[in-house]
Amino acid sequence: MSERLLEVDELRVSFATEEGVVQAVDGVTFELDAGEVLAVVGESGCGKSVTAMTLMGLTRSPNARFGGSARYQGRDLVTASDEELQQVRGAEISMIFQDPMTSLNPVMRIGDQIVEQIQEHQGIPDAQARERSIELLERVGIPRARDRVDSYPFEFSGGMRQRVMIALALSCDPSILIADEPTTALDVTIQAQILERVRELREQTGAAVILVTHDLGVVADIADRIAVMYAGRIVEQGTLDEIFYDPQHPYTWGLLGSITRVDRPRPERLPAIAGLPPSLAARPEGCHFRPRCPHEFDKCPEVPPLESRLDDKPGHKDRCWLTPEEKRRTREVEPGEIGLGSKEGVGAA
Amino acid sequence: MTEGCNGARPLVEVDHLKLHFPIKQGILIDREVARVHAVDDVTFSLREGETLGLVGESGCGKTTLSRALMRLIDATHGAIRFRGDDITGAGRKAMEPLRREMQMVFQDPFASLNPRKRVGQIIGAPLRLHGIRGDQVEPRVRELLDRVGLASEHLNRYPHEFSGGQRQRIGVARALALEPRLIVLDEPVSALDVSVQAQIINLLDDLQDEMGLTYLFVAHDLSVVRHVSDRIAVMYLGKLMEVSPAEELYTKPIHPYTSALLAAVPIPDPRENRARERIVVSGEPPNPIDPPSGCVFHPRCPRSTEICQRVEPPLARYANGHLAACHHPLNVTPEEASVTQKDPSSPLTAGDELPAAADADGSPGA
Repeated sequence: MSERLLEVDELRVSFATEEGVVQAVDGVTFELDAGEVLAVVGESGCGKSVTAMTLMGLTRSPNARFGGSARYQGRDLVTASDEELQQVRGAEISMIFQDPMTSLNPVMRIGDQIVEQIQEHQGIPDAQARERSIELLERVGIPRARDRVDSYPFEFSGGMRQRVMIALALSCDPSILIADEPTTALDVTIQAQILERVRELREQTGAAVILVTHDLGVVADIADRIAVMYAGRIVEQGTLDEIFYDPQHPYTWGLLGSITRVDRPRPERLPAIAGLPPSLAARPEGCHFRPRCPHEFDKCPEVPPLESRLDDKPGHKDRCWLTPEEKRRTREVEPGEIGLGSKEGVGAA
Repeated sequence: MTEGCNGARPLVEVDHLKLHFPIKQGILIDREVARVHAVDDVTFSLREGETLGLVGESGCGKTTLSRALMRLIDATHGAIRFRGDDITGAGRKAMEPLRREMQMVFQDPFASLNPRKRVGQIIGAPLRLHGIRGDQVEPRVRELLDRVGLASEHLNRYPHEFSGGQRQRIGVARALALEPRLIVLDEPVSALDVSVQAQIINLLDDLQDEMGLTYLFVAHDLSVVRHVSDRIAVMYLGKLMEVSPAEELYTKPIHPYTSALLAAVPIPDPRENRARERIVVSGEPPNPIDPPSGCVFHPRCPRSTEICQRVEPPLARYANGHLAACHHPLNVTPEEASVTQKDPSSPLTAGDELPAAADADGSPGA
């Protein structure tokens, strides 16, 4: 049994805006063990980034309200003081942001940015911190790191900057690495290099990774467990294989069905999920996916709890009222393919 | 040219097109010190009703090429023909009637719609510019909104009231307003969520069927482009590496770069992913100011040999009109290699050396 690092319990985050209260995260519960990769998946605006940023205390602002807890080594990250968070942040939990073009300081040499972070958390002399930053740059695959440590971010390409971001995040040997869409801004060949690097680093350092992404291809490549979010709630969670081969929630079917694949003959039509995700300021009552779901029935106006509905899989939880038998019948499973299906059970639109 | 055996005559022909951007330096007189070879001798044609996918990584010149086709940038060398007429140097006046026929949908639906204009004004603008009478504009705009799957009451709303996918529908409606023949789609779905991408792709598909549109679909990876394309062209550092019938590119990639691009797309299937041997191409695309000699891909290519550094490979023609510029092609049997010919669309600087039968590797995949 590996060590439990993080326990997030009923996390709630809302923001007061001119359009009313936006409930961005609505009762999110998950655990993270040492050395595992948890993927948080969902469409834009589902609350996945807000969840990740809240763990780092980056959503704190006068108009934000928090509820629930996120326990890390006996401390609650939600209620911790800014000073306490400062000690954890960057040292024990660090973050890789989505956009490598804007997340580095443009007027500071990259080596100095890494040295600054190391010295913030560890009182080691300048020369030693500099050596360490060169070592880190080498580890993330930057060639001629010793010559490039004094470069500015603009002298680097997108892929190289993202490597610098990873070096920065790893500088204090964190036990949790939060990666918010780390490869979305990169080309596929560079994405493959970065994912390879993250995989190696996890094996070397044993850090746990929370990977926030909308790309299920990346998830299949690297995750151990998956949490699928929709409109502020986790609608399904389980292991990689449980989610990919026995998905329980219709939204997960739709997500899995709408990905394009290069290794299969192309379908006549791409299955799509009809409609749009709801506005977080005006979510439908009950199951939030109800208006887009072809399998809606009279129980759906009531919020389904996130619980295991499969006897033999206690870790595989979902929020859908349909019974597992109904789900297996209604979801479309061609050999290895999953679709949302429709009321009539014919091909997804 | 009349209708040949290949179906319709090309709507667009691009002939040895080059786009070089000079880099100037100097105190009193600007001196050209270097050139960015954004597009470097590219030849292809688009048949009426066809979709050509144009794929490449950032900086390969795909956007520059598509803009040149729309005459938004002037070519340095070569020719662009629309229905057989050379439009490479056509002025504003000469282009005006053609503008109706060629439209563009842009990548970023958040930046390509004027935030201060209502949807009705945005979609109506091309109609008014082309002399449609004021009272006829609104009914047409309503019809267009309906056609792209938006409610016609949305006419009076502003772009910020719509989601990314809806905005992209507005962009499509604007491009359709003048009933064009050709639409250049510059990464129309890469800014959208996967589930919404599928909606837009299906919409584009339907519109093409109904209106017989010709598409140039620009994309940065091989996953989405497959669902819309009849043929796919792969570009790297300003040059065409491979042009292939769409499905064949996925089952039988000939150029090692195409094969690397395919291998880099993660497969959303954990079991197959674990079973698959991944080849990760090292390094990054080189600087287009000083492209490598010979084959531009050789510094990153796992199959590169001495000839690749010395001689630029011509586009060799294989069965089914499949073209590839490589000295050491994949998925080609020695018999196939022995009958290839240098295609006239090869860059003028390319050598005459065709892949020798001994270099061909009939084994599938890289």
